[in-house]
Amino acid sequence: MPRNTINIPDKIEYLSILNEKGELDAGLEPDIPEELLLKLHRALLLSRKFDERLLNLQRQGRIGTFPPINGQEAAQLGAVALLRPSDWMVPAFRETAAEIWRGRSLESVIIYNNGYSEGAEIPQDLNNLPISVPVGSQILHAVGLGWAAKYRQTDDVAMTFFGDGATSEGDFHEGLNFAGVFQAPVIFVCQNNHWAISLPVAKQTRSKTLAQKALAYGMPGIQVDGNDILAVYAAAKEAVDRARADQGPTLIECVTYRMAVHTTADDPKRYRTEKEVDKWRKRDPIVRFQKYLVDKGLLSEDKIAGIESEVLEVIQAAVDGAEEKMKALGDPIDMFEHAYAEMPAYLKEQKEAFVTEVAEMTEEGDHG
Amino acid sequence: MAKMTMVQALNLALKQEMAKDDSVIVLGEDVGVDGGVFRVTDGLINQFGQDRVLDTPLAESGIVGMSIGMAVYGLKPVCEIQFSGFSYQNFHQIENHAARLRLRSRGRYNVPMVLRTPYGGGVRALEHHSESRETFWAHMPGIKMVIPSGPRNARALLVSAIRDPDPVIFYESKALYRAFREEVPEEEETMPIGKPRIAQEGKDLTLISYGAMMRPTLEAAAGLKEKDGVEAEVIDLLTVSPLDDEIFVQSVLKTGRAVVIHEAPRSFGPGAEIVSRLMEKAFYYLEVPIERVTGYDIIIPLFSREKAYLPNAQRIIRAARKALSN
Ligand SMILES: Cc1ncc(C[n+]2csc(CCOP(=O)(O)OP(=O)(O)O)c2C)c(N)n1
Ligand SMILES: [Mg+2]
Repeated sequence: MPRNTINIPDKIEYLSILNEKGELDAGLEPDIPEELLLKLHRALLLSRKFDERLLNLQRQGRIGTFPPINGQEAAQLGAVALLRPSDWMVPAFRETAAEIWRGRSLESVIIYNNGYSEGAEIPQDLNNLPISVPVGSQILHAVGLGWAAKYRQTDDVAMTFFGDGATSEGDFHEGLNFAGVFQAPVIFVCQNNHWAISLPVAKQTRSKTLAQKALAYGMPGIQVDGNDILAVYAAAKEAVDRARADQGPTLIECVTYRMAVHTTADDPKRYRTEKEVDKWRKRDPIVRFQKYLVDKGLLSEDKIAGIESEVLEVIQAAVDGAEEKMKALGDPIDMFEHAYAEMPAYLKEQKEAFVTEVAEMTEEGDHG
Repeated sequence: MAKMTMVQALNLALKQEMAKDDSVIVLGEDVGVDGGVFRVTDGLINQFGQDRVLDTPLAESGIVGMSIGMAVYGLKPVCEIQFSGFSYQNFHQIENHAARLRLRSRGRYNVPMVLRTPYGGGVRALEHHSESRETFWAHMPGIKMVIPSGPRNARALLVSAIRDPDPVIFYESKALYRAFREEVPEEEETMPIGKPRIAQEGKDLTLISYGAMMRPTLEAAAGLKEKDGVEAEVIDLLTVSPLDDEIFVQSVLKTGRAVVIHEAPRSFGPGAEIVSRLMEKAFYYLEVPIERVTGYDIIIPLFSREKAYLPNAQRIIRAARKALSN
């Protein structure tokens, strides 16, 4: 019989627990301790307010180009909240909320975005990789980290973030395939924010979902409402539990929206309508979660206002602190550091020549 | 003649070649609706439609591999890699295929494609957006590596690159995109690929550079004239590979002194090849060792320190004075 049917999974689940009106599907409500719920809420507010402040600093010329995260806070925090400190977090470049959750200081974000590599320094006790600008390239590193953690017989996992656009890169497909083949404990978190600069996700792929791409690599894939932190958390919990139990990788597609510019060098008016953005404004991830917490009696308008002013103070202190620190960071000689464990002789010569030349040029004045 | 920025001049080249020849196809990330992140392809999709201006999925290997197929078929793809820092995702397509299909098929196939991509520092860009890695491509037999230095030659060279029967990597300096305007004629203009030009004649010393570094080099030449009364001859390579050494060798036979300037790292950079050619062809005419003013052998630092990395007129003048001593 030449034409048999081979049964493969052909359905993808879509998970939504707290809808855009803030209505809860109580049957699906994840069991999250109150303390964690409140911690997540504060993290959402902090990331939103920090993002707004960064935009403001950029417009004032106090930092350089950066990618805002506005609208994607829940997709990041709901997932990263499942990690233990010893797990690995492998971000793309739009994961500021997840990075802060994982211990990155606000100051370091400002310093990095103002063009100083000191802001990319990762404290010894944090298992985070630095941001990765080349789209999709970090996905494979998560596979290597996860596999290594398994080889060393820990139950640590690796979680990597990337966008809808990244799913077109070969590195994405290689990463998922390797993780499937080696059963690496990896959670692939795709933030489908509907846009890769000017390209809408419908032109990125003919697939109906991004989650279904998991099926080709022999792993579960699930699509969740990425603006619903409870749904993201629930899906991530299943995935992390599976990975820790050596049951392999998972792909989670968080359906969300990039509310702001791609980066501050981008002009979205060229390719999308304000109407579309407005539609998503109504699906804000923070508004609905706040309503949920108020309904639960964990928060009140007053308390929210209090948290808001507290995070604004934290942000202001970080801006002040970063600007103070940056005053001491001007010396370009730092650029010669960290290239190798040991500096090659010719590089030492270049460094010395640089120092002499700068000193002499300063003496000569601007143009000799 | 209109005064144009390099962005506008490149746009003109694309528009005219597309209007003239329906085998010219533009493809890349954000090149259609958005008009390219630097607007070099602005308006093309409206004029020529989405079958000739392809907004591709986010995959550089896909863009270049597909371009190779189109080129073998007989089309003339002009693909854009959004930043040269992301052209390593398509490195193997260039090295393994574009560079050698002619050779491997013993001339049956050729790959008349152009890969346009912005390169270089000086615009306070993000990580991976400021490197100058022309050596990678210049080192590949079978590939032509072109780097214009201003609006007018950018336009003329892009037209020539599109018409060239072999694959051309076309580096566009971000720092030059909008730095200045030049008269660019409306009527067609081409320039030979593989031919440097004398940007300024002089008798005392030869300065050899290309791309974004032509500005500090010319500034240095002006400074040397004003302050030291030195007349520098300035050579603009325009094509890094295949490297035509005739013009700069002739110049050094005359001046006996040379400084090579590029922003790419020093070791194994184009300067090393230029110096070797001079050693082979002008050794007995050299009065002093040849100087190099280049980027350092490190990754270009994040933008707050990039100025310290990039060669500038002052550094070039210092090297020139060294080359003029004795
Ligand atoms: C390999 C590579 N190609 C191109 C770029 C330029 N670029 C930066 S972000 C981006 C779009 C990314 O889209 P997506 O993966 O959906 O992430 P998002 O920006 O939406 O967070 C592009 C094309 C890059 N950084 N890396
Ligand atoms: Mg996206």
